[in-house]
Amino acid sequence: MNEREKIIEVKELVKKFGNFTANNKLTFDVFKGEIFGFLGANGAGKTTAIKILCGLSAPTSGFAKVAGWDVGKYPNKVKSNIGYMSQKFSLYNDMTVKENFRFYGGIYGLPGKEISNKTSYYLEKLKMEHTQNVVLNEIPLGWKQKLAFSVANIHDPKVVFLDEPTGGVDPVTRRQFWEMIYETADKGTTVFVTTHYMDEAEYCERVSIMSEGIIEALDTPAKLKEHYGVDTMNDVFIKIAR
Amino acid sequence: MSADINITNVSKSYNEVVALKNINLTIDNGELFGLIGPDGAGKTTLFRILTSLVLPTDGEVHIGELDVVKDYKKVRRNTGYMPGRFSLYSDLTVEENLNFYASIFNTSLKENYDLIKDIYIQIEPYKKRRAGDLSGGMKQKLALSCALIHSPQLIILDEPTTGVDAVSRMEFWELLKKMQKRGMTILVSTPYMDEAALCDRVALMQNGKLLAVDKPQNIVNSYKGSLFAVSANNMHSLLSDLEKLDNTKQVFRFGETIHITSNIESDNQYIEEVNKHLVSCGYNNISIKKTNPVIEDCFLALMDIETEDKDKAE
Repeated sequence: MNEREKIIEVKELVKKFGNFTANNKLTFDVFKGEIFGFLGANGAGKTTAIKILCGLSAPTSGFAKVAGWDVGKYPNKVKSNIGYMSQKFSLYNDMTVKENFRFYGGIYGLPGKEISNKTSYYLEKLKMEHTQNVVLNEIPLGWKQKLAFSVANIHDPKVVFLDEPTGGVDPVTRRQFWEMIYETADKGTTVFVTTHYMDEAEYCERVSIMSEGIIEALDTPAKLKEHYGVDTMNDVFIKIAR
Repeated sequence: MSADINITNVSKSYNEVVALKNINLTIDNGELFGLIGPDGAGKTTLFRILTSLVLPTDGEVHIGELDVVKDYKKVRRNTGYMPGRFSLYSDLTVEENLNFYASIFNTSLKENYDLIKDIYIQIEPYKKRRAGDLSGGMKQKLALSCALIHSPQLIILDEPTTGVDAVSRMEFWELLKKMQKRGMTILVSTPYMDEAALCDRVALMQNGKLLAVDKPQNIVNSYKGSLFAVSANNMHSLLSDLEKLDNTKQVFRFGETIHITSNIESDNQYIEEVNKHLVSCGYNNISIKKTNPVIEDCFLALMDIETEDKDKAE
């Protein structure tokens, strides 16, 4: 395999809460422009790991480097070089579309002119120019999720973390969302994504599957299916997580 | 109370927003019925009308002989409702929550223990823990236990499996089947299309309307046209190249393949056309196979028809 630039580097990462080990010696790399699926059962330790990788929680031991910065030593540097969106928390419902862009652009320290350029760029791309002064609350969920993804990319981060980004949206919107993910990855941004939709696991370049704090499997979807002798990622998941 | 449900001409508007448009639906006593659709389809609104929590703008709902508006007290006594958002008391323990809900219905945890045993047994070791400190999966089991504690005839579950992993989802459906065997009528909503196959009958819902109501197998059987699964060496560019094809109705990613629907009679001719096109685009390892539709294919096709009708109307 060619030497690809590592955007996420994790070695022997451990996170304990009291006696409970939420992450047990996680070791993996994610490369530039890769779409990496981070799967696991509820309670397997995914959220804990994502929090560490985003600089929101310090590891108990081990090492993780994201976008060139050690998460334990320089959490704020990590934060400014990554994008994040989740289904639960993404944008502010009582601000307009434009205000959300301005707010997040400001947080990432972009100059005013660039924020307005980026806002126009994304709204044009999403064909949502007419919504710029609409309060977010009044916008359908599918559109909101596309907006949230654009906002998470406003500062051209090296990696964007997506925590169940497609939960609840209709099957057409879900597919449009994945088109956006592909486009972003093609531009060289790494996409780190969690999902409970197993067909979406197929869209990832590589996936890891966590169970009880450990990464049980990590490979391309094709190789995982071959290794476990099953036809779908759903069956792979059930073999590992049950 | 018999729990067959008759929904007649039900509409609901919130100011200008029309959440439900003239819904007509009958659900039989003892049925496991699924309401399948994305966020904003109107599933929750319909459930809130059935549980007498909101009033319909128009139309009527009867559960057995009871009218959900006039006889709301009796309806509530016989209905268990698990809302989509966790709505138990976070600062009460598991046991306190159960006792609280039991006491509202003049019963006790002890009296109906048998009813919830299968589920409760999995959270019983944590009965002294506050509900707010439980993991997502355990919260869900507690909420279901609370919804069942008064031995309702009808149970309504609003997206119980959203955000839940594939294994826990499977276990949850096994629980529902068990409850059904006890004679309960179960009404459940989900955005996961693959769960449709687990219901006796389903309604596919979008934009406040029912797209189809039938047994899952019948919905699949009534799929019109031929569906093909295509794969090749470069899956990403394949999608846009397939979109350029003639005689093709829909193109969408479907797991490890791309599903396309043909507009012409002859399958062999179509496969030949697709193959020719892909070879000319320079693809290797081309595979084009006729495949059987699943509920998600049907939903996508119905959404397409719906959009076409709307375009014609405008």
